[in-house]
Amino acid sequence: MSKRLGNILGAATLVLITVSLWMIFAWVPTEAEEGIVQRIFYFHVPCAWVAFAAFAIVAVAGVFFLWLGGQIWDDLGYAAAEIGMLFCTLMLITGSLWAKPIWGTWWTWDSRLTTSFVLWLLYGGYLMMRGMLEESEQVARFAAVVGIVAALDVPVVIVSVRLWRTIHPAVLVTRQGGHGLQDPRMIVTLLVSIAAFTLMLAWLLTLRLAVLRARTRLGAIARAVAIAEFRRGQSV
Amino acid sequence: MDHFGFLLAAYSAIFAAIFLYVMFIWNRQANLEAELRAMEAKLAALTAPPHPDPQPGSSPDVSEP
Repeated sequence: MSKRLGNILGAATLVLITVSLWMIFAWVPTEAEEGIVQRIFYFHVPCAWVAFAAFAIVAVAGVFFLWLGGQIWDDLGYAAAEIGMLFCTLMLITGSLWAKPIWGTWWTWDSRLTTSFVLWLLYGGYLMMRGMLEESEQVARFAAVVGIVAALDVPVVIVSVRLWRTIHPAVLVTRQGGHGLQDPRMIVTLLVSIAAFTLMLAWLLTLRLAVLRARTRLGAIARAVAIAEFRRGQSV
Repeated sequence: MDHFGFLLAAYSAIFAAIFLYVMFIWNRQANLEAELRAMEAKLAALTAPPHPDPQPGSSPDVSEP
């Protein structure tokens, strides 16, 4: 069931990514001021969207794990944190590649960039902790708490362009209200890209959860083998 | 690097990272499944009831090939 769902999501992602690439490079008009480099925006924003959605899943899974318990919530949080970290890294890289020709610098300590970097550091710490400590109920509970606290930075990143003075463009919702996209085709292209990346998030979550489930099953069988070997040793 | 270079670098970084991550997951899954099969076979061998030793003078079982 999980493998079939993974295949369906993978195929759908591939189709939608292809459509979105065609729209980005063949259909949408070039932005007048920024030129061709503005097209980074159509994958930069979906990367941010997937990172924020994944970190929100970490927080929700953490709440359910602390409330109800259950390995599935811990696995879901771990998988979502890893995928969120990947897309948060891509968001920072693509943002930097856009900033260099437009702002003339790879990086500046702007409020949007700084809060995004803090988010990246928080989940980097989360994943380092999970990677270094041996899996246990206590580590899972601690990770759930860290995941929830770190996710509080997501709304801060989103509203940072409205709260503080910043040079980061507020394209989706401008300070004056409305959006900053000049052509309706730009909005359609962005929405298709976001849909493609959302499907990709679901696909990657399915794949990563399957690995974590297999790992849990392997641990259970390894324990059963150890018990069987111990009993056989006693009976001889 | 002209502006097209920045665009190319951004899209290449995204596709390369996603491709490598999917490869990492598939590789990990294949290794885990192989380990699981080996472990299940070991468990089955350990928990299988021991074969009774043939008694001296008893006729060998010829029903099985």
